[in-house]
Amino acid sequence: MSETAIRTEGLRKVYRTGFLRRAFVGLHGLDLEIPRGEVFGLIGPNGAGKTTTLKLLMGLNSPTSGTAQILGEPIGSMRAMARVGFLPERPYFYDYLTATEFLHFYGQLHGMPRARRIDMIDRLLPLVHMERARDTQLRKFSKGMLQRVGIAQALMNDPELVVLDEPSSGLDPMGRLLIRDIVRDLKTKGTTVLFCSHVLSDVEEVSDRVGILIAGKLQDVGTVDELVGKRETTVEVTLHGLTDDLVAELPLQPHRVSSRGHHIFEAADHSAARALVAAAVERGGELFGYVARRESLEQHFMDEATSVERQDREAGVR
Amino acid sequence: MIKIWAIALNTFREAVRDKILYSLLFFALLMIGSSVLIAELIIGEYGKIIRDIGLAAISIFGLLIAVFVGIGLIYKEIERKTIYTIASKPVPRWQFLVGKYFGLLGTLATEVAIMAVAYVLVLNGIGAGTTSAMLPAIWLTFMELAVVTAIAILFGSFTSPVLSALFTVGLTLIGKMSEELVLLGQRSESGAVRFLMDTVYKVLPDLSRFDLRTQASYGLEVEWEYVAYATGYGAAYAAALLVLASIIFRFRDFK
Ligand SMILES: Nc1ncnc2c1ncn2[C@@H]1O[C@H](COP(=O)(O)OP(=O)(O)O)[C@@H](O)[C@H]1O
Ligand SMILES: [Mg+2]
Repeated sequence: MSETAIRTEGLRKVYRTGFLRRAFVGLHGLDLEIPRGEVFGLIGPNGAGKTTTLKLLMGLNSPTSGTAQILGEPIGSMRAMARVGFLPERPYFYDYLTATEFLHFYGQLHGMPRARRIDMIDRLLPLVHMERARDTQLRKFSKGMLQRVGIAQALMNDPELVVLDEPSSGLDPMGRLLIRDIVRDLKTKGTTVLFCSHVLSDVEEVSDRVGILIAGKLQDVGTVDELVGKRETTVEVTLHGLTDDLVAELPLQPHRVSSRGHHIFEAADHSAARALVAAAVERGGELFGYVARRESLEQHFMDEATSVERQDREAGVR
Repeated sequence: MIKIWAIALNTFREAVRDKILYSLLFFALLMIGSSVLIAELIIGEYGKIIRDIGLAAISIFGLLIAVFVGIGLIYKEIERKTIYTIASKPVPRWQFLVGKYFGLLGTLATEVAIMAVAYVLVLNGIGAGTTSAMLPAIWLTFMELAVVTAIAILFGSFTSPVLSALFTVGLTLIGKMSEELVLLGQRSESGAVRFLMDTVYKVLPDLSRFDLRTQASYGLEVEWEYVAYATGYGAAYAAALLVLASIIFRFRDFK
């Protein structure tokens, strides 16, 4: 059994658009390796090429060049698809089917016998909190409900790899939590999960590793800590019991003064913060708060996006 | 096999739960019913006219459904992205097309059966009587629909609905007139024109082979060999179209 769930080499997609068939690069040679059992989050702004990547992996589009394997099988092969579950972006399904008929249908497409389908449906509908809508036609479903049965659909064959395109889009906060729980459950079972989102907080919390995709290029891959660790952290120090004269003698000046008379400082790093605290305590001050503020992935991501944009402009691409 | 069956059943289920089909069926039944009134107005052989109008109604409404449901069948799946979840399952794309095809054919068979029953009831109700060629005529009407549905699926698998409709309707009309085309060609002096017309005839579907309306309304005999031959022709032609559609469909991207 292959230890790699997904491997891509130079995977590239050029779209031809409009009457003149102008070339547009949806994905620039992607090299990516995702080991089995990993939860991998792909983030990037709209139009970054996330959906393009997932569609290539699912065999819905053919790559312009490059290769990829899923669970050791070439993409698009029946052997690969039998072991994968996929939830497309903003999924649409057959309106006139009930939730149960819908899941039976997808189970049949996997060639599952009836008894196993019934078994899976009885497990999956409660998992996505949809057991009350068993016999309701899909056209009466809200967006969030469709998303839920969509996820159930992707899990029908008990897949080894689950691929989700913007799974939290259109969901309320409860729905988002549900998705996180499902992804965590899958991880516990050893299932590999690849999902993408433009909402970073969804990715940050559940992913083992994160890939940042911008303008069709994979800019950065790593654990959240690795990606963020490359940046400085700031420390917020709150001091109590200092007079204005004493404060003036400190190595740093307060950022602001709270309503209760606390002096709040922003130190650039831990050593600056420690020096500040030592000087304050020496002068009879009291340490009230010490919070290391890591740069959020969101900030990191925004920085990447602007730097890519700048590079592109400098290169005269746009 | 279970996969083709699942897709066919699903297509059928979607179609019969959709209201558009009922309105078409309603108009078809209305037309069959009103053939009685029309026949009253026309001087001539009363029973023959009613028999003829009824069969024409079955054919026309069948064709309408075949073309307009047929071209949307694949396009809608891609446009609405329902294809994403199906094409990412272990289902070869040709099985998807064939499943869709048989699903629509099942729907058409149901419609034709309902119209045929209404037709026979009307005939018996007014004492116009049935003829022996009627069942073969209705059967071959269905075979014609089998070919036209395959044409619609072929175009629907790679062009826009408007173009598909244009091509499918065009090809159907040419197919219905193919006998005339051959006659026209044979009358031509030029060998090239004769050859061209002959080739066109051989490549395009000859839908006039499925037309037994005259025999049915005049009460003429139809040989079973002829029906078997026309059925075989229709099945082979539809199969060839589906093979072609599958080849095209296999290599296309889904937007
Ligand atoms: N079928 C297509 N034809 C032409 N351009 C496309 C097509 N699909 C996507 N694109 C373009 O490729 C880029 C990436 O799209 P996509 O992968 O959907 O981005 P994301 O999912 O990250 O929002 C976008 O600029 C989009 O306009
Ligand atoms: Mg997308």
